[in-house]
Amino acid sequence: MNYFSLFNLPAAFTVDLVQLKQHYQTLQKMTHPDRFANASEQEKRMYLSKNAQINDAYQVLTSPVSRGEHLLSVRGFTLVGEQETVGDVNFLMQQMEWREDLEAANDIAALDALLASNAANLAAQEEKIAGLLKADTEQDNASAADELRKMKFLVKLASEIQAKIDAIEE
Amino acid sequence: MALLQIAEPGQSAAPHERKIGIGIDLGTTNSLVSAVRSGQCTTLADEQQRHLLPSVVHYSSESIDVGYHARDNSNADPKNTIMSVKRFMGRTLKDVTSHWGNLPYEFVEGSESPRFVTPQGELNPVQISSHILTALKVRAEASLGEEVTGAVITVPAYFDDAQRQGTKDAAKLSGLKVLRLLNEPTAAAIAYGLDSQEEGLIAVYDLGGGTFDVSILRLNKGVFEVLSTGGDSALGGDDFDHKIAQYFASSLGLSEQEQRHNHRRLMNAGKAAKEALTDNTDYTCQISLLIDNEEVNKNLSISLAQFNELIADLVHKTTRICKRALKDAEVSLDEVNSIVMVGGSTRVPLVRTEVSAFFNKEVLTSIDPDKVVAIGAGIQADILVGNKPDSDMLLLDVLPLSLGIETMGGLVEKIIPRNTTIPVAKAQEFTTFKDGQTAMMVHVLQGERELVEDCRSLAKFSLSGIPPMTAGAAHIRVTFQVDADGLLNVTAMEKSSGVQAEIQVKPSYGLEESEILNMLQSSVQNAKQDMQARMLKEQQVEASRVLEAMQSALAEDGDELLSPEERKAIDNSLFAMVDAAKMGDADAIKKAIEAVDKLSQAFAARRMDKSIQQALAGHSVDDI
Repeated sequence: MNYFSLFNLPAAFTVDLVQLKQHYQTLQKMTHPDRFANASEQEKRMYLSKNAQINDAYQVLTSPVSRGEHLLSVRGFTLVGEQETVGDVNFLMQQMEWREDLEAANDIAALDALLASNAANLAAQEEKIAGLLKADTEQDNASAADELRKMKFLVKLASEIQAKIDAIEE
Repeated sequence: MALLQIAEPGQSAAPHERKIGIGIDLGTTNSLVSAVRSGQCTTLADEQQRHLLPSVVHYSSESIDVGYHARDNSNADPKNTIMSVKRFMGRTLKDVTSHWGNLPYEFVEGSESPRFVTPQGELNPVQISSHILTALKVRAEASLGEEVTGAVITVPAYFDDAQRQGTKDAAKLSGLKVLRLLNEPTAAAIAYGLDSQEEGLIAVYDLGGGTFDVSILRLNKGVFEVLSTGGDSALGGDDFDHKIAQYFASSLGLSEQEQRHNHRRLMNAGKAAKEALTDNTDYTCQISLLIDNEEVNKNLSISLAQFNELIADLVHKTTRICKRALKDAEVSLDEVNSIVMVGGSTRVPLVRTEVSAFFNKEVLTSIDPDKVVAIGAGIQADILVGNKPDSDMLLLDVLPLSLGIETMGGLVEKIIPRNTTIPVAKAQEFTTFKDGQTAMMVHVLQGERELVEDCRSLAKFSLSGIPPMTAGAAHIRVTFQVDADGLLNVTAMEKSSGVQAEIQVKPSYGLEESEILNMLQSSVQNAKQDMQARMLKEQQVEASRVLEAMQSALAEDGDELLSPEERKAIDNSLFAMVDAAKMGDADAIKKAIEAVDKLSQAFAARRMDKSIQQALAGHSVDDI
């Protein structure tokens, strides 16, 4: 299923989030199961699975990582398994450094600083991926897949920093 | 310019066909039923003008007694007077006794889920809850003078799959058609939101007898969007009673055995003290206790300050959960426009002041906190039965707890994270690890923790009928679908062969479908003939509904979306259905309807896709 066409949007990494939300709400109002409380079992089933798909599609298109992955799969580019490590030695070193920073940060101020620099890295990474995914070439798609994996790491790191902040605040 | 109102097919219910939808708040301590009458939603009272129905059921060999009488005589027969049965729903016996201990009931030994031994036989929490629901249904039909079409039943937002399924099963047992399970905080927001046309962010703080819930919602042009939800399904006003009861017991120096013998009396005294301290700063009373087989009178007293101290930790726990919910919703404290207070326990002064202090705002209490959930449910029920076809209201609820599956090493891999808007479907691929493997087990869990043992086991699926292939060659796509009630459904397919893998569901808690059928059958044994007549009538009504809907769909899109052959096949199935409906065989009508359904499935899907495309195309034009 091509989620971009489900939402009547061009298949591109950069999406108009306002339009995405508008189209989501229109589809929601049309397909929500509550609209079919008195419909036949057939219609109920059909709209339930359509509505479930729409909610999943909205999630996928809202987050840049899953949107990028979905775009690649729409383009017929096969993503290698999750376990595949990023074969970039520099990035591996960088990961270890970030992990050590997180380990060392033990107060809110230090963690907030980490979160801010991580957010900047995420934004830069998103821009880089947007550039790579503009054209649909085999080589750029492959590079984009690598960069998406790195971005996934950054997203995970962000939630780990946040979890540590939460634990201190509790 | 005059605008013509064009009714959607199937929505043009004639005025005399007004249907009755009821809202039910199935509470831990008290339950309520509501309905919309002359445009207003009100809770329905019994003959003595009492709106609440205590969620207490007393079983004797002669009768099943629900409500005030059962509650007020609970001291006389505590063993057979089941209170707060909601706490047992979808739980193991161990869950319940480890948390509340000292329960006066007798349980069937050795069974994992709690089964009460009563003079009416062994009963499970679903059956006991169904007795409460039946009492509410009877009240509604007596009060409205009409048969109930369907019900919206509220559940704590934090209820997991097993607890929701149990609630739905209980409704099924009492003969109620469930239009929707609605989260209690969402129901409360409906009650307030529609009255005051509120727009913006709203926090619903719901502290009932046995559960605590908080939800953060965004209201915008009739769309209620739940942003996040949190809570504790084992924290409520009963815990306040318990704290006071413990305080009384220790101030009287009661032994553990004496405490157990007087459990219900102490709890009742605790409850009375809590309620009195809503408007007073001191409370004293005399209590009769059973000590060494003799009734002994004792004096008890507690001040508001002492009470506040006893419950401070519990109240603080609720504001911590509020903080978490705000964070999950990605909103800040000062963005919240209003705080709706729900549940009888929000009458406790410390709760009001602490919550108000936490949000730094006055809290809303204008609708009776005991009734607000039921009123919201009644409004939603009225819409869902079809009495307000032009209503713009839409509720977007979220999954309260993450769903995941067991992976290697006893870890849980999340498949659908909590706070995802529902309904939602996610597919996950599995592969075989042995040559020729034709079956595999999938263990589904719900919760936020990483280890299997820390999450709630929902079900174990065995996938069978996988075509034998080399290891890793079979790809089984398992789809987890959560419906609008928050209930999980699983389907599986082997990708390369397209073989539908069979799924056997073993619910870890709750009831198997066959158990429900058995219970249903035994409850209608006497009314068998009634049932048959009723089923025939139902099938005939369904057939004419299908005919009407198909005719209007065919008139609209038949030429455009169907080939002449497809059209002919559908027409023939309709003729066959009309013929069957004239005969007196409910089964034959059902089969004919199914045939129409099957033949028209592709047509229905094409119509849906067409209308979706049109809606979005219309949008694009609007945007320009």
